[in-house]
Amino acid sequence: MRHLLSIADLTKNDALSILNTAETLSRASDGPMKKLPTLRGRTIVNLFAEDSTRTRISFEAAAKRLSADVINFSAKGSSLSKGESLKDTAQTLQAMGADAVIIRHSASGAAHTLAQGQWMSGSVINAGDGTHEHPSQALLDAFTIRKHCAHGNDDLTGLRIAIVGDILHSRVARSNVLLLSMLGAHVILVAPPTLLPIGVEYWPVTISYDLDSVIENVDAVIMLRIQIERMTEMYLPNAGEYARFFGLNMDRLARMKPHSIVMHPGPMNRGLEISSESADSARSVIVEQVKNGVSVRMAILYLLLAGNQDLEISL
Amino acid sequence: MSTALPAPDIARAITRIAHEICERNGDSRLITLLGIPTRGAHLALRLAAEIESISGNSVECGTLDITMHRDDLRLRAPRALAPTSIPPLGVEDRHVVLVDDVLFSGRTIRAALDALGEVGRPKTVQLAVLVDRGHRQLPIKADYVGKNLPTSPQQIIKVHLSELDGVDEVLLEEVVG
Repeated sequence: MRHLLSIADLTKNDALSILNTAETLSRASDGPMKKLPTLRGRTIVNLFAEDSTRTRISFEAAAKRLSADVINFSAKGSSLSKGESLKDTAQTLQAMGADAVIIRHSASGAAHTLAQGQWMSGSVINAGDGTHEHPSQALLDAFTIRKHCAHGNDDLTGLRIAIVGDILHSRVARSNVLLLSMLGAHVILVAPPTLLPIGVEYWPVTISYDLDSVIENVDAVIMLRIQIERMTEMYLPNAGEYARFFGLNMDRLARMKPHSIVMHPGPMNRGLEISSESADSARSVIVEQVKNGVSVRMAILYLLLAGNQDLEISL
Repeated sequence: MSTALPAPDIARAITRIAHEICERNGDSRLITLLGIPTRGAHLALRLAAEIESISGNSVECGTLDITMHRDDLRLRAPRALAPTSIPPLGVEDRHVVLVDDVLFSGRTIRAALDALGEVGRPKTVQLAVLVDRGHRQLPIKADYVGKNLPTSPQQIIKVHLSELDGVDEVLLEEVVG
């Protein structure tokens, strides 16, 4: 494993080794936050050609806890906004000695282009590419679900997980569908028909248009962010109607199974896809997701960068 | 392949090391044993049980994973991590005994000292190993040795413990070619 571009590139064993490594790391960090020397002298570039707060900060925190040097590179204020091509940017980063590039880009496949381009020798980690994939988010979601719902099992066999909202535009949903079903979970997508992609009937999922019939029988529900622009783009009639049919409110929350959890990749629109009370309720693990994100990203960086990737993985 | 240390010898060595640890440190309540995973962790548990039966006090025992502190990470394939568990009283001002199965280059122990330094500042740090096979690459020496085993660098030592391998034995293998 040299790059992390897509969940589709991972085997179940790869995914489990990332989750297990993250678990060991998260237990070790229960005490005072310790800095580990593992990636000392390695340079990691955060190349964010699209806005992000938590993913960028999370990767930065993970890299710093492993003692790597982090260079932040955002579209605003860089040559990317002057129209520099990905190739020229990559060659610049290579010349500066980047051992890994964490890339977020509005174009689907940007991370893949960077990895396959032979312009740089380092690892490429996809931190969200267009509407394609966001693998580290899916891994931290799986980590959080496993911790709360798997009863000590290694994978997610037998769990029912609903993903609710804008599936069409969501890279989080795509990565999660692949990962959660690979780990044995049953995934239910809940969305208005306008926000489901073409070909969704071939995904390993069940589709529902009715949140009320699904909510009582899931172990975890992942609420997706609804972008306000979707209203003007005619995907949705109006915010109030969306919240009424597909939003998570206290009434729906009360009908969930006793130990089931509520998740959201953030940033949330409180009052639209999730009510403020539900987001702050005891079922909500939204803040914990952020914490788990650092452990999962440390595991990713460790497994991609610490060892010699030309040798076989001995996990 | 030959047996360098059969089960009864391993049991005797552990009992003797437990006595030596008690003798040197006096009050066993100030001792913290930290095993280096995987087999060092099991040896530490056995030593703790012996020391408890000698002294009548319970002994703090935990594990210390050193993987993230290794200096050869980039030479090998990615390694799986093992858990670190520091016992409740911590390591501050205590006599910490690191426990490992085989002492060879000394690099594992160098990494363990670094890992331990992140946890706290023990009063003393000592080292107990089941087998010392020589060929040190760093100025490191064990305080308690089960058996000194002269080897050539090409030979392979395999430690089997009943908790993991169903049998207690130390094997010496010749590398073919």
